[in-house]
Amino acid sequence: MNEHETLGERLAQQGISRRAFLKFCTAMASLMALPPGSVTAIAEALVKAKRPSVIWLSFQECTGCTESLTRSHTPTLENMIFDMISLDYHHTLQAASGYGAEKSREDTMRDFYGKYLLVVDGSIPLNDGGVYSTIAGRTNLDLLQEAAKGAAAIIAVGTCAAFGGIPNAKPNPTGAVAVTDIIKDKPIVNISGCPPIPAVITGVLAHYLTFGFLPELDDLGRPKSFYGETIHDRCYRRPFYDQGKFAKSFDDEGARNGWCLFELGCKGPTTHNVCATTKWNGGTSFPIESGHGCLGCSEPHFWDAGSFYSALSMSSSPLKLATDAVVAGAAVGVAVSIANRLKKSAAKSAHQTATIADLEK
Amino acid sequence: MNQELFLTWVRSTGLDIAIGIFVLGTLWRLFEIYSLGRKTDLAVPKHRAGASGLHTIFRRSLPPPGMFKRSTVSYVAGYVFHIGLFVIVVLFAQHIKLIQGLTGLSWPGLPSQFIDATTVVTLATMLLVLAERINKPVKRFLSTFEDYAAWTLTFLPVLTGYLATKHLLLPYTLMLSLHILSLELLLIFLPFTKLIHVFTLWGSRWYNGNINAKKGVPV
Amino acid sequence: MNSPGNNLKDIPILAQTEEACSVGNIRALLTEITARLEKLVINGETGMIDLNSLPLAPGEYELLRLTLGQGEVSARIEAIGPSEIIETRYPGVWWVTHYNVEGDIVADMIEITHIPEILMSQPADFSEGLELLKAQLNEGQS
Repeated sequence: MNEHETLGERLAQQGISRRAFLKFCTAMASLMALPPGSVTAIAEALVKAKRPSVIWLSFQECTGCTESLTRSHTPTLENMIFDMISLDYHHTLQAASGYGAEKSREDTMRDFYGKYLLVVDGSIPLNDGGVYSTIAGRTNLDLLQEAAKGAAAIIAVGTCAAFGGIPNAKPNPTGAVAVTDIIKDKPIVNISGCPPIPAVITGVLAHYLTFGFLPELDDLGRPKSFYGETIHDRCYRRPFYDQGKFAKSFDDEGARNGWCLFELGCKGPTTHNVCATTKWNGGTSFPIESGHGCLGCSEPHFWDAGSFYSALSMSSSPLKLATDAVVAGAAVGVAVSIANRLKKSAAKSAHQTATIADLEK
Repeated sequence: MNQELFLTWVRSTGLDIAIGIFVLGTLWRLFEIYSLGRKTDLAVPKHRAGASGLHTIFRRSLPPPGMFKRSTVSYVAGYVFHIGLFVIVVLFAQHIKLIQGLTGLSWPGLPSQFIDATTVVTLATMLLVLAERINKPVKRFLSTFEDYAAWTLTFLPVLTGYLATKHLLLPYTLMLSLHILSLELLLIFLPFTKLIHVFTLWGSRWYNGNINAKKGVPV
Repeated sequence: MNSPGNNLKDIPILAQTEEACSVGNIRALLTEITARLEKLVINGETGMIDLNSLPLAPGEYELLRLTLGQGEVSARIEAIGPSEIIETRYPGVWWVTHYNVEGDIVADMIEITHIPEILMSQPADFSEGLELLKAQLNEGQS
């Protein structure tokens, strides 16, 4: 297989004008929260970059992440990223299937060893030898370990790949784990979210293309430029939170006035993502703007963090010990009281009257 | 254990254990105190207007004659931080939600800016109260480890709550977890320290008033 | 406590009215634009404000459009979807909105400059156009 051409050459082949390319770079810069003045520099870097090979492995997932990324059939600026990269293996998007597809994957891994990008979505089940998710007779664990060996970097797309996601929620019957639980010796970016905002996925890929390395990551391996702030930090309803104006139930007066949804279980304060600014469906809206609290879907274990409708200041599960504690407390109290009374009457009966003789002793 | 798991733990298991110990401890202590009963008073009770257990419950909230001038800081600061604590705990919407989740009761809260201001005042007066305790020789002499511990247990939830809502010091998720944890520590130790005065002060005042009323003296 | 789901059908659907709920972003933006325009006047320094990163309340975006208004220039580019460029009623303050083929906004900038770069013809495209023109002339001759 030949080396891939540069991006500039690829764009010229496709008849994409410099102006269109500039538009793409502007969109990417906006996405990556880079200063708008850097668009020219980004364009110059991208034009010279070699198209990297990308293998996309889908494991124990719902395909929502791929759906999020490929929302349309017509070419869009987001999809241009697929022209930028050479997507050599993807279950949902590739035309090939069966042995032919597997051979393509093996060829890519061999020809671009050490240079290809590995994208993973879905968690990896480990229980019972990993039988709960297999492709072509091989377990996900096996496929991941093999593909990771020659990867330049791994991008874990979606909360399942990043943190275990919904399969990992209690009681985790398949023993689902995240990519970072298995691969320890490669740079891994976690693009969490259920699903992640498509622009975030393309933004990270664009960053890698432009700069040749992965963006700066937080302590959970998520790119800081997208996961550095919480929904709460950028929420347009924040003034209402600060004033204590909360909606008490769905569609009440407060909700209709756009008041804060904290009391309806919004997990915005503890959730890191760009939903409040980049929003969904091309900037249409995001859950809070549509009247529903944030679920916290880009944080690990969000499925096990209590009801989506119980506020952060409430307990996340019903109290179990309270009634027993009442009984136990009363019992201990009664027991101690009896002991005290016994002590008192024992002291009373042991009381000896003092006489003058005792005093003169 | 990462921040999110820790937060979920303090919101579920931690809270469960803390409330359990709090309920157990309080019932035990109250049973213990009130089961002692009183010796039968065989004297004929005297009656005096304004002398009764109930009167004393209210009268004890005012400083005795002359005491206000002698210990102004104690009374003013004491009142301010107690009222502040009450306002923060009971009139902050997020806390009302917590109580509603546990008991089903709820009531309207105050605007959050008001609670913010109250928190700052409460923190300041609590620091003042601590400074008094350390600086006044008699108070310092009388103070034990338990006194400072009780102060700390009460101060930490207010401080961590303020830091959390203002997004100061630590990342929000961790700060919130520490706030809830500090409250749980307060709950666990409350029944076993002088903080139990929350429940016992009413009985103590009533008892003193009643006993002295029978002797014909309003206290 | 809240238990949604049972009475979803009971929730009426209400359309959002035109009244904007402003939370102060317009004034803040205008202040920044003013500052950058001053820089442009004094030393020719251009500036860009990315609107995508600002959490505007519903209605504030439309209010911003109304406030900045429309000046003498409006242009439209067709490159992988349309892009609309207008000079606002304040000369030097341009509003560039990039759409993808489906009409979603992919970038929204307020540029304080002489002319937005994307409006200018790109040198990289000159040579290609030149080739095509020459080919056209040759064809005409023979």
